Order: sequence, then C-alpha cells, then structure tokens
Amino acid sequence: MIELTDTNSAAIAAEFVRARTRAGSPAMGMVMTLIIVVDEDEAEQAMLAARAASHEHPARVLGVIIGDARGAGQVNAQVGTGAGWTGETALIRLKGEVVKHPESVVLPLLLPDSPVAIWWPCDPPQDPAADPLGALAQRRITDAAAAQRGRSRAIHQQCSAYAKGNTDLAWTRLTPWRALLAAALDQHPLKVTGAAISAERVSPSADLLAAWLADRLKVSVARSSSEGPGITEVVLETKEGPIRIARPDGRLATFTSPGRPDRPIALKRRDLPELLGEELRRLDEDDVYAATARRLSKMKVGS
Amino acid sequence: MTWTNPLRDPEDRRLPRIAGPCGMVLFGVTGDLSRKKVMPAIYDLANRGLLPPGFSLVGFARRDWADQDFAQIVHDSVKAHARTEFREEVWQQLAEGFRFVPGDFDDDAAFERLRRTIEELDQERGTGGNHAFYLAIPPGFFGNVVGQLQEHGLTEQKDGSWRRVVVEKPFGHDLESARELNNILAGVFPSGSIFRIDHYLGKETVQNILAMRFANELFEPIWNSNYVDHVQITMAEDIGIGGRAGYYDGIGAARDVIQNHLLQLMCLVAMEEPTSFDAESLRIEKQKVLSSVVLPRRLDLTTARGQYAPGWAGGEKVNGFLEEEGIKKTSTTETYAAVTLNVDTRRWAGVPFYLRTGKRLGRRVTEVAIVFKRAPHLPFSATATEELTQNALVIRVQPDEGMTIRFGSKVPGTAMEIRDVNMDFVYGGSFTESSPEAYERLILDVLLGDPPLFPRHEEVELSWKILDPILEHWGRKGKPEPYASGGWGPESADKMLARDGRVWRRP
Repeated sequence: MIELTDTNSAAIAAEFVRARTRAGSPAMGMVMTLIIVVDEDEAEQAMLAARAASHEHPARVLGVIIGDARGAGQVNAQVGTGAGWTGETALIRLKGEVVKHPESVVLPLLLPDSPVAIWWPCDPPQDPAADPLGALAQRRITDAAAAQRGRSRAIHQQCSAYAKGNTDLAWTRLTPWRALLAAALDQHPLKVTGAAISAERVSPSADLLAAWLADRLKVSVARSSSEGPGITEVVLETKEGPIRIARPDGRLATFTSPGRPDRPIALKRRDLPELLGEELRRLDEDDVYAATARRLSKMKVGS
Repeated sequence: MTWTNPLRDPEDRRLPRIAGPCGMVLFGVTGDLSRKKVMPAIYDLANRGLLPPGFSLVGFARRDWADQDFAQIVHDSVKAHARTEFREEVWQQLAEGFRFVPGDFDDDAAFERLRRTIEELDQERGTGGNHAFYLAIPPGFFGNVVGQLQEHGLTEQKDGSWRRVVVEKPFGHDLESARELNNILAGVFPSGSIFRIDHYLGKETVQNILAMRFANELFEPIWNSNYVDHVQITMAEDIGIGGRAGYYDGIGAARDVIQNHLLQLMCLVAMEEPTSFDAESLRIEKQKVLSSVVLPRRLDLTTARGQYAPGWAGGEKVNGFLEEEGIKKTSTTETYAAVTLNVDTRRWAGVPFYLRTGKRLGRRVTEVAIVFKRAPHLPFSATATEELTQNALVIRVQPDEGMTIRFGSKVPGTAMEIRDVNMDFVYGGSFTESSPEAYERLILDVLLGDPPLFPRHEEVELSWKILDPILEHWGRKGKPEPYASGGWGPESADKMLARDGRVWRRP
C-alpha cells in the first residue's frame, strides 16, 4: 500500500500504473470498476468483501470515504495492487469542500470503456440513481438490511426510488430461496392458493419475497415474525396440502411437500463476497426485481 | 394441459437452471472416471444448488455393499476431488438419496432389484420416473447392460418422464465398431436420449470459440483462406500411459484423441455460422465440416506417428512406451499422431489443418493456433523484419485458458526493427476463477436434456470415416518411429510440415 496525502486523481492514476509495473506486468486484466461509498468504521470490512468478490470479477476497487465537509478540500488515498489477484484498490478519503464533489475525484479513475458498479455497504442515498456518484454507475447496489437509519422502511424507500440498474442485496439473498420454491413447483405442478412467510421482524428480504410471491402467484401472502435468523419459513398452500420450507438455523432447511417424506435441503445464508459476486455477474437490468420492486412499493410497510 | 410454473420467468436469470426432478444410476462405481470425475461433479452441482431436491444416485456394481458403503465411496471421492468446499449440510442432503444395488451385468435378479429401487425412489423422493443411466464401464459391456435395462422395463418413458443413457469415449475403434455400438444403444434409446460425453466440449474455452467467432465483428472477416495460412490443433500430454496399458494398447493416440477431441475442436474452428445455437443447427454445421474433410493423397508424406522412447522428461527418468508395464515389446500402437486434413470448402480451400497429439511431450497443453499469411508487401528493409514471423491467433484450451494474438511490433530504439510480440487474454483473469468443471456442465446438461454439447452418432461415424484410411495406412507400415520423451514428437512430424514450408509452433 502506498499512502498519498493531499493528492489528486492524476496522481492516484499514475500510482496505479507504477504499482502494476512493480508487480511485474503493466497489462490490465480488469473487467470493471467497483466504487464503494462507505464510512470510516465500515471501510476495512467492505474493502475486504470487495477484494474477495473481485477474485471472480477482477476490478479496480475505489473505496470512497466521505468525511467532514468543513474546511479546505483535501484528498488522501491509499493505493495498492492485490497480492494474488489481478485487481487493484484505492481507498480515497475526502474532507472539506471536495466532499460535495466526489464524482470529480472518481470520474478520472474509471477504467476505460468498461462497466462501473457502485455499492453502498451501509446507508444508501434515498435515490441512488440521482446520487452524483450513483449516476456514474450502471449497477447500483444498496443493502437495505444494513441501513442504520430507518431500517424497517429502507427497502420500501429503495423500491419506490427504483431506477434501471438499481438492486439491493436483500434481493440477492433471496436467490436460493426463490430457486428452491420454483423447483418445488416444478415437482408439484399445483395451483398455489395462499402463501405465508415467517422471518425476523425487520427483514427486507422477507418483504421482497412476499412481494415476489404475490406478484407471481397472484395470492395474498401472510407475514409473521419469528426469532430469525433471516427468513425461517415459507409455506405455499395447495389443494393437496402445504409445501413448506423451514430453516430455523440459517443453514439446513427441511422441505415438506404433499405425499412425500420430509427432506433436508442445504440453504445456507451466504456471506457478503458471495452476494456481491452474484450481483456483479449480470450488469443488465433485472426485470424480475423491477417488477417485484414495483409491487413492494404498492404494499404497506410491515404488511 | 400445459402447466407453466408461475415462479419461473425466462427473464429471471438469477435463478439457476436447476434440473427437474430426477435421479442417476451409475454403472462402474469403482472406476477412475466415476470416482475422479462423476461423483465430485455431482457433489459440486449439489453444492451450487443446481440439483433438484430429492436427487438420487444409485450405484450398481459387483460388490457386496450396503447403501452406507456406497455412500462412503462417494464421500471419499468427493473429499479428494471435489472442486468446491465440503459442506456437511450439502452432503446430508445428497447422501439421503444414495442407494446401492449389488449385482452382475447378467444377473436378472439384480436388475429386478434396480427396477424396484428406482420405483421406490420415485415414491419416496419424488424423482418422477426421470433417470439417467451413466455407463462408466468398458464399451464391451454396453450391450449387456442396455439389454438388461430394456428387458426389465427400465427404459420405458411413460407419462412424460424420461430415461437417458450417458456413455463415454471410445465410441468404437473404427467405423464398423462405432456403428455396432450405436446400433446397440439406438435399439433401446431414441437418439435424443443418448448422450455421448466428450468432456472437451464442456470446457469454457471451447464454448468460447463459438462466442469469439460469431459474437464479434473483428475475427470472422479474416477467418478464411484469404488470410489464414494454416491451422494447428495440438493436444499434448506430459505423462505417459501410466497404468492404462490395457485400455491404450491397440487403441493409440489417433483413436484416443484425434477421432473425438481434435476433430470436434476442428469443427468448431472451421464451421460456418449456425442458424441458431440449438443442438440440431450446431450438429448440421459440424457435420458439414466433417463431410468436407478430404485426406491428402500421399498419406506417407502427410501423416506422422511415433512411440516415446526411454529418456528424461521434466527432470525425471522415464520409461519408453515399450517398457511400460503391460505393453508388448512388439506393440505398434502409436503414442504420437499427427495428420494433415484439407477442408474442401470455399472458405478453407488450400488451408491445411494440422492435428497432432502425443503422450510424454514437453508439457501438458491443448491449443488451437490459427496462423495467418505474411503481409503481401513489407515496406521495410529485409533486416528490419528478419525477426518477424507470421501473425497468429491462439486459443489456449488448457491449461491457462485464454487467447493469445501474436503480431509484429517495433522494438524501441532509433532503428526500425520489427519483432513478434504477444497480446494475452487470460480467461481466469477476466472472469470467475471458479469456472465449473467440464463434467459439471455436461452432467447438468444431461439432466436438463440439453444436448448441444454432445456429439451425435452421425458425427462419430463421419470422424471414423476420416480416420479409418489413415489407420489402415499405418497398419500396413509396421512400427512407429521412436521419439525422445519430453520433447515435441518424432522427426517425421517436423518433416511433414517442412515439406509444406511450415513449422510446428512450440506450444
């Protein structure tokens, strides 16, 4: 890691080139730029997760810490190439006037002609697409479950501000659940007459799952609270009996379906790098999320 | 009545392609193929959440085992060879569906037990009558097993359920035996239910050949005899035959590798654009290439074969082929084969395809090199371009999957001097480091019933038609030429290219 104090984008860019040359090969194999907007406290963990995810998607990872807006502008940066992978990172700390213009720092550092993704590990802006940094990216990843303010409303806010390219990790966390529910209906081609979800009291994923099921199955979805972790049970009612997936421990689920013995199903809660990896795999619009977000923004908070 | 699953949406590309309810029956449980490839691939698929809930694996072998013993075998093979981390909860889910049926291939009672086991699984685990029979056994037994399956009603596809059969190379040892083998399978299974595994076709880089050619504007315009001088397709192994004498002796490099892997690679490189990427359109294009292949008239001048001699390879003292255990001193089986093929189409007229494969060569590598013609005019002095050879585009299939483009560049300095440089694209560098094993992809495709990556019997037969005259020619010529272990093959192979004024790339 090289420390640059009171620096600018050109110096950071030059340091990237020097670091690559030092590592032995000035060639770039990176496929995208990932911007992370984060607090000082969360920065280290977020950068670690991004580095792990960039094993799958070699990226230039730009961590941006927005500091205190008072005083003269200053840009400080830590620049480095990763040992053991082809990406590179810069953790950029802004303070003073420049805090109002973070895009002026980030824009010159975007890789030429390749996708840009942005991730807010904790508090996302109310409207990510309208955010000056968010506007630079074609993939905007928020995480309603990690919001520190107004957590129960966060996913509703994100859904009503939905714009093409927005996505939330609460949705990513659902993929294994959704895959399993779809597979269950492959096995039992039955009409679903009702659905119920148990989850922690505040669970953006459960809200999205309810919206998705309501949207696809055209049934009302009951929500009840449990101790967690996360979603603990999903039930689809059919005329032959319920299809139930229960996961009390966040790891192993039991799959119950009409006329069949119970079966264990691995359904582990995934960690951040895995979620981020999935999110970066596809950079086009997620139509199903768009439909689900539209549906959720029409539903009441907590329903 | 058609029922569409409301939770599935073709736009929903996050949801993995999970196979529908199904199970697999594995014959030849104790073989290398099963333990090193098939079982780990099944675990990896389960770990990635791509197997349906209730997926069942039935082992069939002549062993006095209970279900638990079979589970132990799978457990050991998964621990040793799986690509993804071992997770207890995934293992639990998978292990519940393990069954073992002991018996011989001609034991009626055993196949009756197999039928009952499958029916029980349909009841207990909801496999829905969908089963794939994976024949990881020598082809000599196919007739027996397939006949037994049919006799005991195991191949009947009722009420929309499916039964599929999966076989591995060798698909025969010449045209006639390939036809026999196909007749055995086709007598019982419809051709769409027979899946021949050529694991090369499951590799990402191989599939990328099609993406590179047909998704880009950059390459296709020069992909013809106007610009291409010749094509070299190489599959080299650094190891000898190891303990596979029984399989290898009498088969040899051409039957083992050229007939399937190299000719399939050549098809993908040489074929015209398919109308779509479904199995049928791809097969039509591949078949067109294979049926336009013409052998040169003088096979003695345009083919080469060899046997590795004792010596040193990679710092180790190694046996020659004739000293390997289980190989007769008089064996004429070749361990190196190189052939010249012409593709008689407008696109490829005059562009030879050189295919070579061998054991105990310099390093393990598989690549396709498209070598371009020299520029028609070089406005430089002769000394400036002395070091410049031909431009080349190399598709590296394994290891270090990716692509290299070689072209001339000015050496920095005041004098004009032009030298070859390489531009590299590394697959693993730009995309996921954990690209799935070929077997994962192929087994999943079998369970999904998605056949584009599996060669059909028409292709197999056409490949033999290409190879049979060469094999006959070699059969009349006595012993193959010995070549130094750890090098790049026999002298005759170098001479073969030198006659055309070309040289082999050092891969």
